[in-house]
Parts: sequence; C-alpha cells; structure tokens
Amino acid sequence: MTKDEALLAYTLRLGDNALILGQRLIELVAAGPELEEELANANFALDFIGQARMFYSYAGEIEGKGRCEDDFAFLRDDREFANFLLVEQPNGHFGDVIVRQVLFDSFYGLQLEALTKCKDKRLAEIAVRAGKEICYHLRHTSQWLVRLGDGTAESHARATEALGRLWRYAGEMFAGDEVDIILQSAFDGPDLETIEAQWSLKVAAILDDATLAIPDEKWIIGGGRQGHHSESMGFLVAEMQFLQRAYAGATW
Amino acid sequence: MQNKEWALYEVFIRTRAGLSHRHAGSLHAADDQMALDYARDTYTRRSEGVSLWVVRSDQIVASDPAESAAFFEPAEDKIYRHPTFYEIPDGVENL
Amino acid sequence: MYTQGLDQQGKPEGKRDAPESAADLEAFQKRIDAEEKIEAKDWMPAAYRRTLVRQISQHAHSEIIGMQPEGNWLTRAPTLKRKAILLAKVQDEAGHGLYLYGAAETLGVSRDQMVADLLSGKAKYSTIFNYPTLTWADIGTIGWLVDGAAIMNQIPLCRCSYGPYARAMVRICKEESFHQRQGFDIMLVLCRGSGEQKAMAQDALDRWWWPSLMMFGPHDSESKHSAKSMAWKIKRFSNDELRQKFVDATVPQAEFLGLKMPDDDLRYDKKSGHYRFGEIDWQEFHDVIAGNGPCNRQRLEQRTRAQDDGAWVREAACAHAAKHAAKAA
Repeated sequence: MTKDEALLAYTLRLGDNALILGQRLIELVAAGPELEEELANANFALDFIGQARMFYSYAGEIEGKGRCEDDFAFLRDDREFANFLLVEQPNGHFGDVIVRQVLFDSFYGLQLEALTKCKDKRLAEIAVRAGKEICYHLRHTSQWLVRLGDGTAESHARATEALGRLWRYAGEMFAGDEVDIILQSAFDGPDLETIEAQWSLKVAAILDDATLAIPDEKWIIGGGRQGHHSESMGFLVAEMQFLQRAYAGATW
Repeated sequence: MQNKEWALYEVFIRTRAGLSHRHAGSLHAADDQMALDYARDTYTRRSEGVSLWVVRSDQIVASDPAESAAFFEPAEDKIYRHPTFYEIPDGVENL
Repeated sequence: MYTQGLDQQGKPEGKRDAPESAADLEAFQKRIDAEEKIEAKDWMPAAYRRTLVRQISQHAHSEIIGMQPEGNWLTRAPTLKRKAILLAKVQDEAGHGLYLYGAAETLGVSRDQMVADLLSGKAKYSTIFNYPTLTWADIGTIGWLVDGAAIMNQIPLCRCSYGPYARAMVRICKEESFHQRQGFDIMLVLCRGSGEQKAMAQDALDRWWWPSLMMFGPHDSESKHSAKSMAWKIKRFSNDELRQKFVDATVPQAEFLGLKMPDDDLRYDKKSGHYRFGEIDWQEFHDVIAGNGPCNRQRLEQRTRAQDDGAWVREAACAHAAKHAAKAA
C-alpha cells in the first residue's frame, strides 16, 4: 500500500464514521425526550454531516478521479463503507444513544486532536475544525451519561444495560491495521496505543461520575473497516441512497 | 412518579465584545449546566453570541407594573438631569 | 411556519371572567390604539390573554408537528448538501416551537399543559401538516408554498400588540427567511431536471396547492374571532386578504417553474390586478380540522410516543439535579 492509498483510505474512514453516525442521529429527529434536546441533537447531526462532507471532498482530491462527496456517500455499496460497527448501531433508547456517543466521541476527539499535528496539512486543518465540535459533543453527552447513571433507579439500569450492549464495539477503534500504521509512520498520525490509554482513563472518569461500572466484557467485535457490517447497516444505506440509485445521473 | 417539568431559565446573550448581555428568550432545563448547553444550541445557532448568561426565571426580582407610576414617574420631572435643560450662550464652546 | 387559519377554531367562551371595569378596558384599548406594546405583567383583559394563549400555543404546536412531514425525508435527502439544509430547517422549526411556547408561558400557562392539550386533541395545529410527504418534490413544495403562506401571516405578527409574541416573531421571521428559498430552489432544480423529476414536481404541486390555500382559514364572512383580534392588533389582515396576497405572489412563480396550477378557474383579472381562483373544498378543510385528515392520528401518535419515551429521561435529569443540589447544600 502506498502512502497516498493509505491517506485516501484513512480519510474515507473518517468520512464514513461521521456520515453513518450523522445518519443515525437524523433518525432521532422529532423523537427527542424534550424540545431543547431536539435542537442539541440536530446540531450534532449537522456537525457530523458537515465533517463527512469535508472528509469526502478531500478524499476525492486525493483520489484524483473526479469523485465528489455525494459519489462517496450515495454510490458506494455498504460493503465499501469502512466505518466502525459502533457508529452504525441502531439508536435504541436515549440511554443507548448517549452511551454510543460517549464511547465514540471520547475516541474521535482524541483521534482528531492527534490529527491536528499530522504532516498532512489538509487533514490537520479539518481536524482542528471538527475537534472543536466534538469537544462540545462530548461535554454534552458525558453530562447526560452522568445524569442517567446517577439519576433514578430506572435510568441507572437502562444506562448499565446500554453500556453492556455497546461495550463490545469499542475495542475495534483501537485495533489498527496497515492504514493506521502507514498514517502514523509516514504522516505522524495518531498512535492508537496512546489513544487507547487516554480513552480508557477518560471513559473511566466519566463512568465513575455516572456511578456506572466498567463492563466486564472481553469479547470484541470488529470488521467495520473491512466492510463486514451489522445487518442493520444495509437498511441504513439503502434508505439513504434511494433517490440517487433510483434516478441514476439526476441532479438534485 | 409525577413527571416534573424542568425549570424555566432566561437566556441573555452578548452578541459581541463591547456590548452588554441582552435578553434573548427562555428555555427549560433540569440544571444549570444543561441550561447553558441548551442556550448555546438554541440561541446561538447563527453565531449570535460570544458569551451567554442563563438564570432561573424564578430567581429574577422584577418591578411590579402596578407600581410603575410610583417607580418611574418621579424621574420624569427631574429634567435638570439632562444636558438639554441648560441654555448655553452663543460663543461658548467645548461645554 | 403557521398561518392564522386556526384563530377561529376556539370554543365559545364558556368560563365567566372576573368583572373587568369599563375604565380598565378603555385604558387598555387606548394603549393598543397608541401602538404601545403590552408586556407579560401588565394588566390585560382575560379574553385578550385567552386569545393569545390559544393562538401562540397553536402556532407552537404547528411548528412542532410540522417537523414530521419534512423530517420524513431527512434520511433520504438526495445529496449531503440538501440533507444539511433540510436538517437545519427542521431544527429551526423545533427552535421556533420553543420560542413560541416560551412566549405563551409568559401568559401564565405551562409548556406541559400546552403539550398535554395538543396530545389530548384539545388544542389544534395547522391543518397542512396532516398531509403526507410522498416524494422528494413534496419537500420543495412545502418550502415554497407552505413557508410562503406562513410568511404572509408571520410578518404582520412581528407588529403584534403583545410584546413577547412580537419579539419571538421577529426572531422567527429572521431565521425563516431561507426556508421558502430553499424550497423554491429544490423545485427549480427538479423542473430543470429530467422529465421524471418535472413530473414529480407537478404531482407535488397538484397535491399541496389547495391545502396551502386552506392554511389561511375560512372566508372572512365565516370568521368568528377576527374583529376582536383586529381591534386588539393581534391580527392585522383578514384571512381572505392574506390568501389573495399569497395567490398573487405564487402564481407567477409557478409560471416561472413551468408548472400548472391545479385550478381551471384560475385567471388574471386585469381590472383589479389580482388572480381570481376557484372555490376551496371547505368540506375537506373541516374534515382535516376535525381530525380526519390523512395523517392526523399518525402525527399525534408520533408526538405522544416521543413524549412517553422521554419520560424516564426527563425524570432522571430532575432526580440527578435534586441529588446534586442536596449535596451542594
């Protein structure tokens, strides 16, 4: 794998994580627990969609074959998406959503922070912008996790159950492959071992505040980067791509 | 358990440095941090502010409109507090 | 997005108000006539308060329910740019609902009570949101027609005599200025696109045109509360005036798009300078108001589900805040 191929794959993965998670958050519109949270959720979704657009546009430039953001979003099959399994997990209840966001945002924030120092100038620039957004998301979602964990008996039980369900998907974020290795060696990209250590501390502190125990779960499910997704992913992609697929070549 | 409504907060925004905070509207939140987050998400979506205040509505002490005559009218006849009260003879400058 | 079509739906005043002195009423009307703004804590006739609570809460409900038909296409928006624009618009609607509930709360009614009235079917919202969004062109049509109709009504509301409502409307109008344009832009691209796309646009216009005209409410002659609302400067134009204004503004836009209005009686009247249009199907209007539109039940069910699903979350936040406060004390 060449340096450029690795950079392209890495940038697409960033775009895929942002888009798929944004799409999941969009499914929550008009279903929030309170009107104010409706606005917060839409802000988060807008941030993710905006980030996906920046990553995809840049990926198109790296690739140099004239593909634009919409080609990556709407004209690839689900097997070609390389997002983590964690971000594609169906929304479930509000506790599931918050746990998913906290586990991912804690990782993604650290990843972006490391990327601001990478040698690829464009990626570093996008990381600066996206990093500020994710910093705010994590503030909001981690506060919510604390409220749920340290709220009522019911909310504590629901948060615990959500954590148990989603924990197995977190490990995939730290299992680097060739793309991560090249990005680190050739571009001074993120060091996943360092990030994992920082992530563990950060998440442990949030869970501690939330009076929630770290799940005793050793089993890790991966495969997102190879396009081995959950069954639900196919439906997400089919729904998202419907118009572009049904009216091939149309302008919208 | 009876579902309790979240408290009402008033939101004040400083639109840019050098200006005072101004009342923008209200929202509901369960605690102060949440109120601040929601003020950001609700009232600064179009870069309307550089600083936010939130305060629980029930913490505001307000004057009573029924007493507004006693409160505000006595100031109306103290016109000597305004510079326009004074006549300056022609030829006097920088005053 | 809202129009005044619902102002007339209030039940006849059943409750007897505390006696109000003629002097107070006269002084109040004098303030209104002098274009003074009425503020939350000022004295006001009970009927003025009731009218405002009804109108502002219906307006708020319309924004909140209005998120659903457009939200229906968020996950299927055809490009990332369109997805972001539509999401920002639907988010604005949540925000506008929030501002409006806030304005109504200054009159002494809680948001919980207003939401309960919506979910029980006691309070109404704009009939237009009880129609389904079947294709992407419906999203364009809603922006173009429904937001266009709403603007006709909302701009005068910025001068409404009740201060908190007027201020909320100023903010809302400012934010909504892009809503109609994005809708027209969707239509423009469809009409310049393939034959299939243009047919999609025409089909959407055929379905949404008449419901859009109904948004302005019954004819002035049928309008119950209008005179009082006009005298109180809550309302500045009559239903038929605004409807005519909307038709005059919209017909040339349809011509520009190359679309045909689904009204065989539509013609330009040179003498008056207005477009004359056919009669609205008032039976359909009353059916939808009575709860028998294509989506009435679905809209309320979704709102109820969100409210119920969120109960444990709202409770948890209260419980956490209470614990926290107890620890700090």
